[in-house]
Amino acid sequence: MSETSLNEPIYKTDALIAEDIDAYLDVHQHKTMLRFITCGSVDDGKSTLIGRLLYDSKMIFEDQLAALEADSKRVGTQGQEIDFALLVDGLAAEREQGITIDVAYRFFATEKRKFIVADTPGHEQYTRNMVTGASTADLAVILIDARKGVLTQTRRHTYLCHLLGIKNIVLAVNKMDLVDYDQSIFNRILMSYRAFASELGITHFTAIPISGFKGDNITTLSENTPWYHGVSLMEHLETVEVADSAAAQKPFRMAVQWVNRPNLDFRGFSGQISSGVIRPGDAVRVLPSGKTSTVSRIVTMDGDLDEALAGQSVTLCFADEIDCSRGDVITIADDPVECADQFEATLVWMDEAEMLPGRAYWLKIGTQTVSATLSVPKYQVNVNSMEQLAARTLDLNAIGVLTVTTDRHIPFTPYADNHDLGGFILIDKISNATVAAGMIRFSLRRADNVHWQATDIGRAHHATLKNQKPAVLWLTGLSGAGKSTIANKVEQRLARMNRHTFLLDGDNVRHGLNKDLGFTDADRVENIRRVGEVAKLMTDAGLIVITAFISPFRAERDMVRQMMQPGEFIEIHVNTPLDEAEKRDVKGLYKKARSGQLKNFTGIDSPYEAPESPEIHIDTTALTADEAADAIVAHLIP
Amino acid sequence: MRKLHGKAAKNMASVRQLTHLERLEAESITIFREVIAEAERPVLLYSVGKDSAVLLHLARKAFYPSPPPFPLLHVDTTWKFRAMYDLRDRMAQESGMELLVYQNPEAKERGINPFDHGALHTDMWKTEGLKQALDLYGFDAAFGGARRDEEKSRAKERIFSFRSANHRWDPKNQRPELWHLYNARKNKGESVRIFPISNWTELDIWQYIHLNNIPIVPLYFAEPRPTVERDGMILMVDDDRFPLQPGEEPVMRSIRFRTLGCYPLTGAVESSATTLPEVIQETLLTTTSERQGRAIDKDAGGAGMEKKKQEGYF
Repeated sequence: MSETSLNEPIYKTDALIAEDIDAYLDVHQHKTMLRFITCGSVDDGKSTLIGRLLYDSKMIFEDQLAALEADSKRVGTQGQEIDFALLVDGLAAEREQGITIDVAYRFFATEKRKFIVADTPGHEQYTRNMVTGASTADLAVILIDARKGVLTQTRRHTYLCHLLGIKNIVLAVNKMDLVDYDQSIFNRILMSYRAFASELGITHFTAIPISGFKGDNITTLSENTPWYHGVSLMEHLETVEVADSAAAQKPFRMAVQWVNRPNLDFRGFSGQISSGVIRPGDAVRVLPSGKTSTVSRIVTMDGDLDEALAGQSVTLCFADEIDCSRGDVITIADDPVECADQFEATLVWMDEAEMLPGRAYWLKIGTQTVSATLSVPKYQVNVNSMEQLAARTLDLNAIGVLTVTTDRHIPFTPYADNHDLGGFILIDKISNATVAAGMIRFSLRRADNVHWQATDIGRAHHATLKNQKPAVLWLTGLSGAGKSTIANKVEQRLARMNRHTFLLDGDNVRHGLNKDLGFTDADRVENIRRVGEVAKLMTDAGLIVITAFISPFRAERDMVRQMMQPGEFIEIHVNTPLDEAEKRDVKGLYKKARSGQLKNFTGIDSPYEAPESPEIHIDTTALTADEAADAIVAHLIP
Repeated sequence: MRKLHGKAAKNMASVRQLTHLERLEAESITIFREVIAEAERPVLLYSVGKDSAVLLHLARKAFYPSPPPFPLLHVDTTWKFRAMYDLRDRMAQESGMELLVYQNPEAKERGINPFDHGALHTDMWKTEGLKQALDLYGFDAAFGGARRDEEKSRAKERIFSFRSANHRWDPKNQRPELWHLYNARKNKGESVRIFPISNWTELDIWQYIHLNNIPIVPLYFAEPRPTVERDGMILMVDDDRFPLQPGEEPVMRSIRFRTLGCYPLTGAVESSATTLPEVIQETLLTTTSERQGRAIDKDAGGAGMEKKKQEGYF
């Protein structure tokens, strides 16, 4: 190598490699790994620093070096000297622009560790790339140009690293060679950064004066900074504690990725352990079902393990046959995670198209993908000033706090406790693009802190005792269509056949369970949701439930259908034309609505969305109530 | 690895740190399992080299005791080393996986070869052949053994690399990849290429092969072989299709290969390394990067691979 213009790399293990390769390999097989991110503004010398680390750890080969020397002279920004930045600026487009435009990953190793560096751009429009790089990092190196001090970008990078939960922060004050290695400049920057960091709640960081270009304090302590008493950047990277070790000391959690069933005799649950340690004999709980069992084996291709810990990918077998599938979370039995369907979360929006409150997105968390809707943001965070701003939506690179509602209960932890079970992505349902990254702060439905209690007598048992198959006969139609009359006749017939039934009538429910609700669209939605939940409990108890509600909106009827077991929801459209219903007007309601005394009346000033393909269609102009009831019973019990 | 650490783990208080190879292995296994859960018709692109060997081994670990629930696909150029075809067939049998071999019929018919057709050889047999095979079988997810340390444009590619219906890669429009959450969703006709060993380096690969006794093509070990030297590259005369130039005479040299492709395009290094530790030793002491032995990167200047990838090459 041409070493005239460069400092001699100190990571020379050639001697050991040449003398005793087996000893060398043994050392290297026991190395740990550190993933870190470098953050800096366009001219902070980030690429130069990474190039320097690669060079000093002998990751640059002669042919690459020759190409680098040629490139440096042709397009380099360092005159005739070697431009390390060219080593890391990968894509042709960015080589032309002279800037880094995306996340790139670099690798180097020393005797103690293997390193993966996420190299991310500094300019504002690429917040999403920095967040991406930070999500897998154990440590962040925040670069500051000694001539410029703490800039807006520095604050932004620090905030994002802190937001993504990076505990180890290194403040690398770069280009010290250009300020004559002046200690007072370094101290001034340190003071100013400390003040800002403590505002964010960062209590600890490590500051190092360096020159990526000249190599000061990179691998060895520099003679140019005798006033600096810390360690070199490389030594710090080699010795700092990695996140894995901390995760292993937390309670056991593993999201199930895949159920392994090669044959009838083997059933294992595969996943990567997210925290804690597991051993055969440990009692575990599966969420959201709440069922418990004991680990019987930890299976790997290298043989069964006595113990597995955070970070490992394993397959667990249980002593009992319990339901467990992809998306479930296996936890230690006496310290499970919460389940909820509504959360407060911090969201980083990553798509060109802005966020739409109310729109359903796919939400992937752990190993499960569910449908989720977002509220209007409580506030947006200005990443430069950390101010909370009012916002109606979030656009590309915006960060905000809002409510996320999922279509079912999901096991989770706050992001601060566990990144795997508290971090999520949102996916657009049409384009399939990853549009946002989110971090759960806490669940918003405290009642759901009580996780589902698994009971020994299940729904199948209830149904068997009653000698029937549970069902929901959901009658929908205009007011005065004859729903209650028909429902009543259906129940009479079923009772004569010794079937256990329950009739939920719209008017009756509004006297009790739903007496707090009015007739606005939002209240109608809630009315049906509650009735759906009650009907669901009743089917769990083995009953045949008959409901008579106008239930005007297709979306809510479909929602109730989704709550039920497949095949148990029977939608019955009691179809009476509006003029016929109005002519009957048994309760005198149409008259009141027409005269304006009743607002939001279905068919008059509130819409009725007829079912598109109901299981049963009753034309009340052609059938009597008795004939309709017979038809429904015949459908249920052929 | 686990064998090495089993005893140590018990002696430690309660937790130990995973080694870098354990972390890499666990990550790769997780990736394999995610794809199986989310893709409809996955396939493992098996090119018989050392990276493919590790990829296959990881796939078997990910699903053990089940066999990996997808086939192996070899996009063949008919110009691979003979020893590669031998190992390919053996490994397919050992793993209990179906082996699909695809040769571009047009390239076959036109007799496209590396001696007469230069860049067209790679384009037709490999790039076009791969696209044809994926379309033919309707694979929507293809595992590949590319590593980010191999080449600059690879360093920026995602682990789940999304491809348009005509297999193009758009480096400026990649999905953000956070934590261990991979988005494998796609519309009909679109596909993903998945690189489970993205974060492995060449040394990691060698160490892992060593620790797990993974079978690799014997060409990685030095042995006297018939060779000629052209344009500074040592080429092996693997069969009688190799056209010798006037005055050219194969010379026996002790050589081995750092990377394996089509034999007329793959440069050998002179070596005496006959064991894995010796190979690793040479690798560590070497002064040239791995892909230098391959002619494919030299087209189109520094952006050669990036351009090929956009066109659909792995």
